[in-house]
Amino acid sequence: MKPKRRRLLFVVTGMAMLAIAVGLVLAAFEDNLVFFNSPTDVVEKKVAPNVRIRLGGLVEQDSVLKMGTTTTFRVTDTRHSVAVRYTGLLPDLFREGQGVVTEGRLGEDGVFLASTVLAKHDENYMPPEVADALKKSGHWMGEAAK
Amino acid sequence: MQRWANPTRFLKIAQAVRPWATAATIVCLAVGLVLGLGFSPPDYQQGDTVRIMYVHVPAAWMALFVYTSMAVASAVALIWRHPLADLAAKASAPIGAGFTVIALVTGSLWGQPTWGTWWVWDARLTSVLILLFLYLGYIALWEAIEDPQRAARATAILALVGFVNVPIIKFSVDWWNTLHQPASVLTTRGPTIHGSMLTPLLLMAVGFTLFYIAIVLTRIEREILARRIRALRLLASEEPAKVN
Repeated sequence: MKPKRRRLLFVVTGMAMLAIAVGLVLAAFEDNLVFFNSPTDVVEKKVAPNVRIRLGGLVEQDSVLKMGTTTTFRVTDTRHSVAVRYTGLLPDLFREGQGVVTEGRLGEDGVFLASTVLAKHDENYMPPEVADALKKSGHWMGEAAK
Repeated sequence: MQRWANPTRFLKIAQAVRPWATAATIVCLAVGLVLGLGFSPPDYQQGDTVRIMYVHVPAAWMALFVYTSMAVASAVALIWRHPLADLAAKASAPIGAGFTVIALVTGSLWGQPTWGTWWVWDARLTSVLILLFLYLGYIALWEAIEDPQRAARATAILALVGFVNVPIIKFSVDWWNTLHQPASVLTTRGPTIHGSMLTPLLLMAVGFTLFYIAIVLTRIEREILARRIRALRLLASEEPAKVN
């Protein structure tokens, strides 16, 4: 009975120590573990121009302007928004109100020059008829409402 | 727990359970696939690409579930010296690695049309890749140490240390900004996935779980038999010495 108790204690304390250590490491690396920065991060942290970062948020309503293969739009998190310019092919899901993650650098003029644009999918899955019905009845909780 | 320690009793139970588990696996996967690929509606955003989810999500769940089972079995083996727990963990590892590979590959195939990229180094994708390496490291460590008892001890510790990655994978999408979307089914607010898609998804998940049970029972049985053969060989080689 005695050695079993000792081994149990050993494993439990070992796992607890490990969890604390990993928790501290992850907390310390917080800024490096995020995949993208929100427009609020970019505005408030005063990201320097020409530093390669990822900017993520929602494509602002009525902000998409296409000129040939160059698209300009604004990425917003409803508190702040950043203008983005991108030349190239956009993913199928790209549209106003859609979540996107762009990678590039902030230009001197404050416009974010993106070299890639990825569409972010949300956690809602439903058939098109249900989406239409929700929109019609005013219960739409999609990304545009967030 | 000691009742389960008798390998002969375990073999009897395993042989009784296995045909039922196998039959139920076939039924669940067949119905789930037909419903998921044929009868469930396309998604309002993704269209038919959503059908990859019916394989991807259960595989990812199983990757985590199998690793958790391995960690529990390893703890039982370390603390209570349960003779079958080592074997259960050892038998699970290649199955879990297989589920992880399926989750990574199907996720990549879904990411290309949906996100516009095969792979990104966000917290969710990276932590699942680490899970695959943990599985492979665990398998390699079993092979690297010849003495089965020492191998069992070392691999059990590796499995327990690696377990910290499991909550990281699960909550990575909530703790950090990731490209991967947050959970749709196992959330505190209830599923955000329509019922017509949830039914085939859950059927597939049950099917994957039953598949794991059927395969792991077979693999544990094989390990027990291999251990017996080794013991018999040892006995046979010692016998002449005893006669002298």
